[in-house]
Amino acid sequence: MSGINLVESKLDPAKAIYSQVIPAGEPWIHGIERGQYFRIVDLHGNQAVDTLFYNALDYSDRYSAQDTIQQQRNIYLTTGTELISTNGTVLLTIVADTCGRHDTLGGACATESNMVRYALEKRHMHACRNSFLKAVTEWDHGMTKRDITSNINFFMNVPVTPEGKLTFEDGISDPGKYVEMRAETDVLALISNCPQLNNPCNAYNPTPVQVLVWDGAGK
Amino acid sequence: MSEISVLWEETIHGGAAWSHVLKRGTALRITDLQGGANVGAVFYNFECPAERYNMPDTLKAQHVARLAKGFVLYSDMGRILCSIIEDTVGWHDPIGGTSSAKLVDAKYGPSRYQEHRNEYHKNGHDSFLVELGKWGLGPRDLVANVNFFSRVDVAQDGGMSFAPGNSKAGDQVELRAEMNVLAILNTCQHPLDPNPKYEPKPVHVSIRRVTAPGPDDACRISRPENGRGFTLTERYFL
Repeated sequence: MSGINLVESKLDPAKAIYSQVIPAGEPWIHGIERGQYFRIVDLHGNQAVDTLFYNALDYSDRYSAQDTIQQQRNIYLTTGTELISTNGTVLLTIVADTCGRHDTLGGACATESNMVRYALEKRHMHACRNSFLKAVTEWDHGMTKRDITSNINFFMNVPVTPEGKLTFEDGISDPGKYVEMRAETDVLALISNCPQLNNPCNAYNPTPVQVLVWDGAGK
Repeated sequence: MSEISVLWEETIHGGAAWSHVLKRGTALRITDLQGGANVGAVFYNFECPAERYNMPDTLKAQHVARLAKGFVLYSDMGRILCSIIEDTVGWHDPIGGTSSAKLVDAKYGPSRYQEHRNEYHKNGHDSFLVELGKWGLGPRDLVANVNFFSRVDVAQDGGMSFAPGNSKAGDQVELRAEMNVLAILNTCQHPLDPNPKYEPKPVHVSIRRVTAPGPDDACRISRPENGRGFTLTERYFL
């Protein structure tokens, strides 16, 4: 796998059974059935979309960043990547990607990690893990912080150098770029549309993204 | 910081699991006895295990995809669980993850206790879960782990490759507990280790008392982020 695999989707947004715009700083939680297609559109470009997936039959079987990159032996997510759970379940497969590279090492911002990374006075700033916690608390299936694990950052560019350095680079996404997945089992999707203002992951201007779902038959 | 303060020591067999609550003010030294060891590890705040080692926070606070002397391990709450105060290896893997039963069966063949007694094939995933279970924790507490003594290189295109021979016999890493830390370890082989033979290596562990990190502590001053991480950790105990 090369790390960049640009593939366009043939699915027509007019035929989607679900469409929702998620403003920056908002969480979104939604079930996706096996065989359905799930697309995230970076409407304005360079917007990090922090995303977690759970096996809908057992939320403790959840997306695993390490199992996903270990299985494909590549740290970047793109077309062809299977999103693997802690139990080895293939949750979804990326089937189209017009951005070409997505991160799963950088994790989600938190008020606490912002204090470490930027300044102790940053505690008040909105952060993804607050959005995640709000969403799982309201979802009310007994989910707690224990269920908030290392996530995917769609449209985010976090290269690793041969010397083992990790850097946050300007995004390689543009307005209208998207990533599309096919659910391989019933999953629960959890998104925080990232409110981070302290680094270039959102080009210092967090913007809305769109999510769409198609039935498998709509292909 | 002398050797006379060693509290206890023991050998962990290859393929074994181990856990201990490292008390704040002590340090765990792990020694690779034969070379080529791998120690998978996850860490929790013993008093509130919902606070646990966080791979991304550790990597992005220090802008690294490797761990070595001077780096620290962050929890998801902005606090430092452990600091790496000694290290003769120079590269420990925080991204490669752990092995599963499926991977171990495919790589080394099935091997049950019935036929092989205590030499049966263990895997990292199950070892973590069993050891976590002893402390009342379970699958929802399983998070991305560190692999001490192993190195995974990342190429320009993102490709990951295991670097054989990263750790030699006698190599050591020492973790100073900055909180009361539940450490869950296992000595299963690294999931990307190309060695076709099942031969997990033993390590030696010793625990000693150490002095609290001062203002000029190497981990504290290694970068401004870690200075703030120590401040947040010390506030927790006020």
